[in-house]
Amino acid sequence: MRDTSATERSRPDLRALFFAFSTVGLSGFGGVLPFARRMLVEERQWLTAEEFNALLGLCQFLPGPNVVNLAVVVGKRYQGALGAVVAPVGLLAGPMLIVFLLAMLYDRYGSLPLAQGMLRGVAAVGCGLLFAMAWRMGLAIKGKALFLPFSVLVVAAIAWLRWPMPWVMLLGLALAGGLAYIRLGRS
Amino acid sequence: MIVVALFLEFALLSFVAFGGATALLPEMHRVVVESRHWMDDATFTHLYAIAQGAPGPNVLVVTLIGWHVAGLAGALAATVAMCLPMSVAIYLLIDRWEGFAGARWQKAISLGVAPLAVGLIFSGATLIAQAAAFGWAAWLIVGATVLVNLKTKLHPLWLIVLGGVVGLSGWV
Repeated sequence: MRDTSATERSRPDLRALFFAFSTVGLSGFGGVLPFARRMLVEERQWLTAEEFNALLGLCQFLPGPNVVNLAVVVGKRYQGALGAVVAPVGLLAGPMLIVFLLAMLYDRYGSLPLAQGMLRGVAAVGCGLLFAMAWRMGLAIKGKALFLPFSVLVVAAIAWLRWPMPWVMLLGLALAGGLAYIRLGRS
Repeated sequence: MIVVALFLEFALLSFVAFGGATALLPEMHRVVVESRHWMDDATFTHLYAIAQGAPGPNVLVVTLIGWHVAGLAGALAATVAMCLPMSVAIYLLIDRWEGFAGARWQKAISLGVAPLAVGLIFSGATLIAQAAAFGWAAWLIVGATVLVNLKTKLHPLWLIVLGGVVGLSGWV
């Protein structure tokens, strides 16, 4: 099995890690995960498709920005602790510079009616994209009759009652995760 | 020290960020607008809109919030706070991960988190609509966006550009 591992095929240095993840970071709007997959699996072949899926599983299992977590893992794998710093920094540095520029423009011109109108238009689209994303993720859930009520409870607790999210997540994870645990035992 | 407060708030948030920064929108709003009063509703929605129009990972909305609250130091503090705790956790966990893979408790958590993330993202959408005090024109855009995004393969960036142009006209 060892010879099929992507580790054997190529071993990027720190510079390659930095620039490869920079490209990924600057490629996508509203999330760059698909670009990370294309770079890691198809273009550079630093990971096999199976390795990517397994790592993504862990990155999505843990909280936090998934693609940053993924960069940490890939960086560590090829260049140890230094790689685990360089890869996520590469991922974030370019987009952060652009965001700083936009933030400065906003500081200066954000109060103009024209800018406010434009941002309201973009916010409306962003809001629609969130609804669409929730819909799509809801469709992908296994055991909808059992688990979708938890989505409704979260909306009630967060959007309506405005409960603090850490408590809602702890309680929700205990209930929904507990239910899933029992269900997994039966099948 | 506002930078320290930013760091601590976002480090705490990072522990519950299942589903990434997008799922955190409602809680970020609760913390920075309602509880800390670091910005008003309109500014929050503006920053969200800017993050939508910029390339990069979703976590950059955190960078923008940090910038608005405390400039460059705030932007760096908020971003690092958001990324660092789980990056360290995954750095330490990754070598043991193979041992857990497929364990019942691990599958149960993955299954259990999914519906919660759906609820969080839906809440984020309602919250943006509420904070921006959308009128009928904005709701029309929201509806059209949902339809186009679900029914076609059009890249969301085109919708964002279109939304900006319509917004420039002052109707939204």
